[in-house]
Amino acid sequence: MSNLHADTVAFVRDTMLPQKEPPASTVGLLGWGKKNLFTGPFNTIVTILCTAFIAYVLWMLIPWFFSPTWNATSLGECREMLTAAGKVGEHGTSGACWGVIRERWIQLLFGFYPAELYWRPILAFVLLAPALAPVLFSDKVPSKLLIFSAIYPFLFPWLLWGGTIWSPICAALGFVILYAVVKYGSEAIGQLGAIIAAVVAAMVWWLFLSGYVQDGLASVIPLAIEPVASRDFGGMMLSITIGVVAIACSLPLGIVLALGRQSDLLIVKSLCVGFIEFIRGVPLITLLFVASTLLNIFLPPGTNFDIILRVIIMATLFSAAYMAEVIRGGLAALPKGQYEGADSLGLDYWQAQRLIIMPQALKISIPGIVSTFIGLFKDTTLVSVIGLLDPLGLSNSIRADQAWNGIVWELYMFIAALFFLFCFGMSRYSMYLERKLQTGHR
Amino acid sequence: MATVTDPPKAEFRLSMLIYDTRYRSMTIQVVALIGFLLLVGFLISNTVQNLATSGKTVGFGFLTEPAGYDINQVLIEYNNQNSHLRAAFVGLLNTLLVAVLGCITATVIGVIIGVLRLSPNWLIARLTTVYVEMFRNVPVLLWIVFAMAILIETLPAPRAFRGDDPEATMKIFDTVAITNRGVYVPEPLFSRSLGDIHLFGTSSMNFDISLDLLLIIAVVVASIFGVRAIKRNADATQEKTGKRPTTWYLTLGTLVVPLLVVLVALGFHLGYPELKGFNFQGGTYLRNSLIALWLALSLYTAAFIAENVRAGILAISAGQTEAAGALGLRPNRIMRLVVLPQALRVIIPPLISQYLNLTKNSSLAIAVGYMDITGTLMGITLNQTGKELETLLLGMLIYLIISLSISALMNWYNNRVKLVER
Repeated sequence: MSNLHADTVAFVRDTMLPQKEPPASTVGLLGWGKKNLFTGPFNTIVTILCTAFIAYVLWMLIPWFFSPTWNATSLGECREMLTAAGKVGEHGTSGACWGVIRERWIQLLFGFYPAELYWRPILAFVLLAPALAPVLFSDKVPSKLLIFSAIYPFLFPWLLWGGTIWSPICAALGFVILYAVVKYGSEAIGQLGAIIAAVVAAMVWWLFLSGYVQDGLASVIPLAIEPVASRDFGGMMLSITIGVVAIACSLPLGIVLALGRQSDLLIVKSLCVGFIEFIRGVPLITLLFVASTLLNIFLPPGTNFDIILRVIIMATLFSAAYMAEVIRGGLAALPKGQYEGADSLGLDYWQAQRLIIMPQALKISIPGIVSTFIGLFKDTTLVSVIGLLDPLGLSNSIRADQAWNGIVWELYMFIAALFFLFCFGMSRYSMYLERKLQTGHR
Repeated sequence: MATVTDPPKAEFRLSMLIYDTRYRSMTIQVVALIGFLLLVGFLISNTVQNLATSGKTVGFGFLTEPAGYDINQVLIEYNNQNSHLRAAFVGLLNTLLVAVLGCITATVIGVIIGVLRLSPNWLIARLTTVYVEMFRNVPVLLWIVFAMAILIETLPAPRAFRGDDPEATMKIFDTVAITNRGVYVPEPLFSRSLGDIHLFGTSSMNFDISLDLLLIIAVVVASIFGVRAIKRNADATQEKTGKRPTTWYLTLGTLVVPLLVVLVALGFHLGYPELKGFNFQGGTYLRNSLIALWLALSLYTAAFIAENVRAGILAISAGQTEAAGALGLRPNRIMRLVVLPQALRVIIPPLISQYLNLTKNSSLAIAVGYMDITGTLMGITLNQTGKELETLLLGMLIYLIISLSISALMNWYNNRVKLVER
């Protein structure tokens, strides 16, 4: 048929037409707008309404935002400056009063930490980056940095709280003892025996010996930096401290709880389920009340440890329960064949978990893990309810101050922006991590 | 020929408790149990010792003593001579009030935002993304405190309403007063009221239920059943004759007429707030603390619900939408009839935890002085009686019960709507 067609048609084009540009209405800004904004009459109306809304908000916001009040020292002075600048609206002056931020931003960041020692928290948080880098960006950073990551947990509290250098060293020695006994003891008394012996030895060291050793060393070689009391901690620094420590501790605890919940051992399982359900059933604030009023009643008479430490313990337990549920989801999403494959290789339970199950389960649950982290970081603001001076706690005292009584927007916007920065950063990192670990088969 | 011998009978040795997998699990469990019991015993003995040294006794007797403090927001009769138990009950009702209100508004806002985030209109999608990111990445406590501060600082004081040329005026035909102390809205009153039912007599949990309210609810429920019957009839007629009878006026009548009759019979009228002295009198008074908490919790939770809704809708394959489009359904009907019913099955489980979170977050009421169970039982009662152990345990128990009931209820609903697989 086609031959026939070719024979009978008088003229058949034998050259290709040159390619043409697509119609102007489908490319560029115009085409994009047509496709995304003006697809139909309804969409056009919506677009116009939205544009009007955005324009209105910006119209109100931008003049408010740019106001010459950076140097004001009180709200009254702010209003005078605004009046002088001619920014008087229908309901009095309109304009942001940035004086409060200029005057209080250091306090919002550091609380009442001694000003001459600001370098210590700054150094601690700057060092956090190299400590975390080999963990977070394992493909781009030499793994030798991991040694620093191991040292950092002891360096961090020493930098923040100060005191003698021997206390972090003695605490670290406990881990050295733990490691040494496991390594050299397993030949003598078998692996399980060595682990038990190591835990006992480390406990004896931490609970009974390290105190004396520490005091002895401190009196012989007094290497110390100025100690800072917990009540001086405050602001964003406090939030980050609680957040970082609780995040670091809640992940391993959450993994253990998740494994316990999946376990066949009835008693272990019910203990874990009971713990998780209890913690998830009550608000964090009640646990913080427990930390502030009740924890001392539960502990041996005379024990009185730091309020920040108590809060960190409670925050860790709280987010560990949520973490356990997230990781349980990851474990459940793993195909059964992975477990069977591990068994068929003859791996024991811990080997299978460490080499096969956990890496995959954790990868699946990255989004959930990071949202738990974000949630935990946001929940650190709750410590203001039990009287710690995190940014929100400080905002109350700033607003109660005679000079700044009545300030709302600028102060809270600043604090909100700080939190937004951290939380948004974490969520973007989780997206990066997901993409990096994406192995293609889904 | 091989002779079959009995397998060697293993003697039970003590080391098998550790090395034999048959017994090892038993060992681990027993050790775990002993460890747990030791821990509990340690905590209890410490507690007993500490309480003894501080001269405190454990007991819930304080619950029946007069509370001695006032609660500014009450749903039921309460005065400061009522017991601590009654105060806790008032607090519990306040918690439930803000939780229910919050869940409803958060669901409505969340579903709208979640659907709009998938809008083909670029601007709408961006705007809703900004909303979601803004609320998700800032602590809820900050939103609550922020909302409270805005309400107090930016709204006019009641005295601004006074005078011939007042600075502020009442909104919506002079019926709603928005002040920095709270919002006054008209209250429903009945001139021929049926009175109340008194539940639980004179115990500290006594509870009045308005008969008027019950009657109205009963009538509305009956009307809804009536509407359903009309719809069934219409369906049957359509099946039989192919023509659907017009029913909208019947439906409207069934919904409106009985309600109107009941309202007229009860003598329904509105009590308007009026400026008297230094403050407004009459009307229903919504405190700033309630509004701030309600607003912040629902906006915050709505951002999370929006993400759940979006994920649920994205989980429905595009083929479903296209097939529905091929049948000639309009976009909003596709959403309502095809996509949402399927997406609900994905959305409901995370929605349950959002409701739970909202309820638990309502405990942050203490930061703005709304007297919920945290503010009454775990706040003032704790401080006045010094019974930390009892009040905190009781408070946690109440929250646990609320949480477990919500999840039980929602799981039941989830089971009802989930896909029946064959």
